[in-house]
Amino acid sequence: MENKPWEAEGLTKSEYEMIVDILGRKPNRTELGMYGVMWSEHCSYKNSKAVLRNLPTEGECVLQGPGENAGVIDIGDNQAVSFKIESHNHPSAIEPYQGAATGVGGIIRDIFTMGARPIACLDSLRFGDLEDQHVQFLFEGVVSGISGYGNCIGVPTVGGEVHFSAAYQDNPLVNAMCIGLMEHEDLATGTAKGVGNPVMVVGATTGRDGIQGASFASDELTEESEEDRPAVQVGDPFMEKLLLEASLELIKTGALVGIQDMGAAGLTGSSCEMASRGGAGIELDVDLVPKRETGMNAYEVMLSESQERMLVVPKKGKEDLVKQIFDKWDLNAAVIGKVTDDGMMRILNKGEIVAEAPARSLADDAPEYERESKKPDYLEEAQSYDWSQLEEPQDYNQALLEVLSSPNIASKEWVYQQYDHMVQTNTVVLPGSDAAVLRVKGTEKGLAVATDCNGRYCYLDPETGGAIAVAEAARNVVCSGAEPLAITDGLNFGNPLKPEIFWQFEKCIEGIGEACLSLGTPVTGGNVSFYNESPEAAIYPTPIIGMVGLLEDIEQATTIDFKDEGDLILLLGETKDELGASEYLQALYGLETGQPPSLDLDLEKRVQEVCLEAIKAGVVKSAHDCADGGLVVALAESCISGDLGAKIELVSDLAPSSLLFSESQSRIVISVAEEDLAQVKKLAAAKDIPISELGRVTGNSLVVNDLVNLEVGELKKEWTESIPTLIEG
Amino acid sequence: MKFGVVTFPGSNCDQDCYHVAAEVLNKPTDMVWHKDKQDLSEYDCLILPGGFSYGDYLRTGAIARFSPIMESVIEYAEAGGLVIGICNGFQILLEAGLLPGAMKVNDSLKFVCDYTKLEVVNDDTPFTNRCNSGDILEIPVAHGEGNYHIDEEGLAELIANQQIVVRYLSEEENPNGSVDNIAGICNQERNVFGLMPHPERCSESILGNGSTDGYQIFASIVEYLSKRGEECGE
Repeated sequence: MENKPWEAEGLTKSEYEMIVDILGRKPNRTELGMYGVMWSEHCSYKNSKAVLRNLPTEGECVLQGPGENAGVIDIGDNQAVSFKIESHNHPSAIEPYQGAATGVGGIIRDIFTMGARPIACLDSLRFGDLEDQHVQFLFEGVVSGISGYGNCIGVPTVGGEVHFSAAYQDNPLVNAMCIGLMEHEDLATGTAKGVGNPVMVVGATTGRDGIQGASFASDELTEESEEDRPAVQVGDPFMEKLLLEASLELIKTGALVGIQDMGAAGLTGSSCEMASRGGAGIELDVDLVPKRETGMNAYEVMLSESQERMLVVPKKGKEDLVKQIFDKWDLNAAVIGKVTDDGMMRILNKGEIVAEAPARSLADDAPEYERESKKPDYLEEAQSYDWSQLEEPQDYNQALLEVLSSPNIASKEWVYQQYDHMVQTNTVVLPGSDAAVLRVKGTEKGLAVATDCNGRYCYLDPETGGAIAVAEAARNVVCSGAEPLAITDGLNFGNPLKPEIFWQFEKCIEGIGEACLSLGTPVTGGNVSFYNESPEAAIYPTPIIGMVGLLEDIEQATTIDFKDEGDLILLLGETKDELGASEYLQALYGLETGQPPSLDLDLEKRVQEVCLEAIKAGVVKSAHDCADGGLVVALAESCISGDLGAKIELVSDLAPSSLLFSESQSRIVISVAEEDLAQVKKLAAAKDIPISELGRVTGNSLVVNDLVNLEVGELKKEWTESIPTLIEG
Repeated sequence: MKFGVVTFPGSNCDQDCYHVAAEVLNKPTDMVWHKDKQDLSEYDCLILPGGFSYGDYLRTGAIARFSPIMESVIEYAEAGGLVIGICNGFQILLEAGLLPGAMKVNDSLKFVCDYTKLEVVNDDTPFTNRCNSGDILEIPVAHGEGNYHIDEEGLAELIANQQIVVRYLSEEENPNGSVDNIAGICNQERNVFGLMPHPERCSESILGNGSTDGYQIFASIVEYLSKRGEECGE
């Protein structure tokens, strides 16, 4: 039998041969293990890099683009925001509580590593059919994992989204986003340089947990995946709270050259990435690493993914200052090595060399693949599906209630009530609106944040779906009164070695790139998660967009709820016959098919501009993105949140189903006082966008033509009780 | 008039309480570190903030109660100093024996973060003097272990001594299953107050649903201290 040492580390034969070439000899097990994790998709982006290069990453506000622990953007007044999204899908599929918890811990660490204080988290979640018991187990586990970690560490979880579809049955998605606030001068980077500067590991001790987690995350899930449970890390949010405070205190002293979180690939990843960025080498002794278990060998120490640890490089002579700060917070800080000038990662054990390889080859020289791509066969048939052949519903009241109680549309209160969304006392707009809004203490400013992606659209038209994810995230931020600034992307796909999957990936990125350029929101970083497949099928392509926007005046924060009886309800944009891929088809007919709505990016931009101008002019009382579920759902949500009814008169040639439930893009429902109508119309005319008067805020029922007539209380009951009823029976 | 906010390892509402005391009330305020036993007499009111002290891995507040600063807090309280414990701070006060009773996991077994309606039961305390008994306050909670428990005898005593300061308005408003809908209690001397809801989260109208009812609690403290100062001829 041929000996294939590369297989145990998730490498291919040709990659193994490359390593032999680099080293000029066969690697030993520790070296091979280090290459295995560093060259995994999770760390190296070897299958995605070539495509990701097409994304726009530059913009006026960008202080730090992709390549660091997190992106950073300028928000004026010498302040900056660091933000990033990251997936923890595979661990959450196996061990939902810890998988989700450590996902939150990891992304929070990325943010404070940049020198920013984390001020909010959002979580974008996808699960299978919520009536399935295993899905309920995953859903409840993930939500309580996020709650357990985020609540304890004291970072409010203010938003995100949850979607359900059979496509995610065995492969849930857990993408966590964090944003942090800093002063410009505190911007820290993960760089090791300066020969002789000490290398220190700080925070928690190192154990055998999570070994090869990054490699595990870069493989498909199978029946045997359950046996990989030891590859899932265990989180300790209390430890991370101490680490957060100690790290920020340390960064403030100016004593650091670089700091990097130990996430995927643990000590290996952090040390060789820091060395590579600084064009330096690092020599470290695994014997000096504080451990929680005895008898760990070099392989285990280098590959452990024990949580709540950081690697720091202080200036020489500042070792005691580091120790003093970490001691105050009852944390470890140990010198384990030093920066060298030969570009080598040199791993010692009690002074003896056990591994040696060029840092750059580990961190940056993973092979880059251009994978084969092929348009999938399912598309043509799906896109040509003709929904007009479906019979119109007998009762539109019933149809609306069914769409409202679909878990995708229904209130997510059951989820966000388990998250502390108010700690730090900055939450101006609570969860449940289009975007969460946070004040920036000590200024007039605010930040709006949202995540968005409709995986169904991306499955049925990846390019449009990718663009819509960006457009909708921006629209959500605009509806909250903010100017969209930049995005982070959490790119979740199946196995990239399958040409159809790679085609989905390429097309989604194309769409995202076009929308980012058009809306002026560059990509500052993100995460690629491939291999989201189970034996049955791949997930829907799900590129989750996390958008950050800025409000110059926090008083202009706008919410979705109708405010006052008698206000006029207006629609910016236009409803078209676009029921394909809609929630209506799914909820009423169990269909996830058809051509998704089209997107005109130029119109989208103008609609957003008009909405924001009107908000800044102080005439908008409520604004709500009209998206999943369609116009009547947007109206119902504004009624429910405001506890007010509306009388709506729609004039159109469209079939009632389309009129009510079409998911046409670039639409926003706003309410204004009657005397402000002319001003809004003027703004719309100046940008040449369609605007129509839909009706008025009045009474306690939602009435639409002679189609819908339901009391707000009934709408609310259906909308709020749907998810708890499904779970708790 | 000076406030002190105690930081335990794992406190996460300490800066929020500092913000309210220093920026909203505009009073001199210090952060007080848990590791040092110290003379606290310079403070007119101590705040034990919310959070997860020591991770709350054992029982909420059970370890914080042994930190050196708590000896000083107990001395301070016994000398009549004002102490308000919010959420985890309330739990620590129970564990330290400064208030009677104990805290259990919420009946729902879930963490809950939401606005709750409270009824002011006793307006004759340093923490509620700006309210009237019967007033309804809307203040958010955020906890997994806020299910206040006390035996029947203890409850009778709390009632007889008017130590129940705020109650959740009804069974429906009770987010955790607390006995007798208790949301906050004080000691017999009225100088130590613990409550699960977070008044510091609703002391400014810009936040959340706009309720500023939490401000009434802090403003009551200031009013009480001002009057006491006048009486002392300060």
